[in-house]
Amino acid sequence: MLLSLAQSALPIGISGIEKRFGAVSILSDLSLDVAAGEFLTLLGPSGSGKTTLLMILAGFVRANAGSIKVGGEEIITMPPHKRNIGMVFQNYALFPHMNVFHNIAFPLKQRRVSTAETAERVERALDLVQLKGLGERRVDQLSGGQRQRVALARAIVFEPRIVLMDEPLSALDKSLREHMQIELRNLHRRLGMTTVYVTHDQREAITMSDRVAVMNAGRIEQIDQPEILYARPKTKFVAGFIGESSFIPVECRNGGVWHEGNKLRMKDPMPSSGRHLMVVRPEKLRLIAGEQTGEINALPATVGDVIYQGDSFVCYATLKDGRQVILRDYCRSDVLARLPAPGEPITLGIDAQDVVLVADQ
Amino acid sequence: MSTASVSLDHAGRPNGALNTDALRADARRESRGLFALLSPGLLLVFAVIIVPIGWLFWLSLFDESGQLSAANYARFFEQASYIKTFVTTFKVAFVVTGACVLFGYPLAYMLSQLPRRAAGVCLIFVILPFWTSVLVRTYAWLVILQRKGLVNTWLMDLGVIGQPLPLANNFAGVVIGMTHIMLPFLVLPLYASMKTIDVDCLRAGMNLGASPAATFRQVFFPLSLPGLASGVVIVFVLCLGFFVTPALMGGGKVIMWAMRMEQTTSLYSNWGAGAALGVVLLAVTLALLGLFHWLLGTRATGVWSER
Repeated sequence: MLLSLAQSALPIGISGIEKRFGAVSILSDLSLDVAAGEFLTLLGPSGSGKTTLLMILAGFVRANAGSIKVGGEEIITMPPHKRNIGMVFQNYALFPHMNVFHNIAFPLKQRRVSTAETAERVERALDLVQLKGLGERRVDQLSGGQRQRVALARAIVFEPRIVLMDEPLSALDKSLREHMQIELRNLHRRLGMTTVYVTHDQREAITMSDRVAVMNAGRIEQIDQPEILYARPKTKFVAGFIGESSFIPVECRNGGVWHEGNKLRMKDPMPSSGRHLMVVRPEKLRLIAGEQTGEINALPATVGDVIYQGDSFVCYATLKDGRQVILRDYCRSDVLARLPAPGEPITLGIDAQDVVLVADQ
Repeated sequence: MSTASVSLDHAGRPNGALNTDALRADARRESRGLFALLSPGLLLVFAVIIVPIGWLFWLSLFDESGQLSAANYARFFEQASYIKTFVTTFKVAFVVTGACVLFGYPLAYMLSQLPRRAAGVCLIFVILPFWTSVLVRTYAWLVILQRKGLVNTWLMDLGVIGQPLPLANNFAGVVIGMTHIMLPFLVLPLYASMKTIDVDCLRAGMNLGASPAATFRQVFFPLSLPGLASGVVIVFVLCLGFFVTPALMGGGKVIMWAMRMEQTTSLYSNWGAGAALGVVLLAVTLALLGLFHWLLGTRATGVWSER
């Protein structure tokens, strides 16, 4: 076995974390459980508190209140160098005065690992991140992607209980970033370390994570598996932040949900009262011709712009109440044959099982 | 067939590409223009640096009777007082530089760790002495340190000492006065280089299991070395040629190189000997700079290129 993190992976229990800077509250009563070996992503816009939470986990920022338990052991007041938590920094934070080997050997040196074992473990870590033979390179001789890998090797070489990653891919260009997402995911599968990953990129979060915690204004809006998060957002913020969404106001009355005088067909339990919005994803809409059949809701609309994007097309349509919705479909020949023209009246259909309502805040 | 290869065939030779002569002429015109812009600066450098140094060197080759000779340089090996001055100069420079490092490093470290506004205020206190004349500051130290000065009076009033401490008009006085004047020259470059050290590097050090002290030793200190090296070089070189403070604080007992030059030229009117002293100081300084560069330069540039 290479690095055997699977046995040492531990769960994290975060509860009641409060953090204020002066009068400004950054995190308020935040609780979160991460299972042993889980890949959990904190997703949110800048200023949502996700990086602050990571800094509190690593021990660089002191919370005002709360508890962090790793495998049942309270670490909230433990100094960072005793926490045994690996971290990959946004700008990698490699030591510029050391070569690749010494960067990766640094945590082993602190743990008084013998020279022979250090050499062996650094070699294995380099192999793991596909940098075999680059140990003697200076840090400034590496490309962005290579630095990223060195930072990763350094964070896992000492077999930490937990690995934290603070937007580690944000400095890479798009194709390398997508490649590294897969690589990180596979590495996690192989090593099985409990991982807390911070990003503001929703696609990255969905691609990589076992679960995603969407953060907004210092609170967790929703925490779920990526599929559930996307298909069943619980708040308007989550629906708007993850994927594209149009929001259509609906009325709840007489034990039904109504839009423009039509009762919506839906599978989810209906909300009892209050103002609600229907979340409409572009790919869940379809063009329907003639009579609607079965479990489909029909929305009459007028075509605005139709934009051809090669693999797919996007159609901006305006509903009767003036609200704009977006429809996207792939350019199969049958779809292309009846592509709507601007100004044309159409009927959009959405399946009953795709109807998701969120409270209108 | 492409147009490029057609024109090549037509010209019948490989350099027949379009407009090569005009482009080359344009490049020449541009360099001439840039050189013309540079020439006032070059002239100034020539007039105030190259010419005087050449003249100095020329003067040093003549003895008192105006004969061409190497007597001025031979004196360095023959006269014990010259050697003693030389040794004193280096001793003062070493001790002052050491004292500056001792006081300056913690000061710069503190400044670099303070919040921005507090650091700004403290920096003003570091820079403030720069705006006061060296002469004034040296006399102030005399007032403080002399036999019946502030320090001795207070210490004797408090009963700490029975006899006044010899703090002025000796080696200690020179070192105290010069350290005060040289400190900013060490602190400023050191502070600047400490500010460029990435906070995340220090966090990474601790995250990877190094205690705060170990992180300082293994990460912060090595990364601050380039700044320390430039500060040390500046202070050491300035010390070698320093005049006012040793002249006033040394009480005639600490003769440094620059004082020797002053004596030789104004007291004995021996311009050849004075010029030779200047040439030797310049040569030694350049040699030292070269040595520093060789010792620390490679390592320092390795770190700088990363930034």
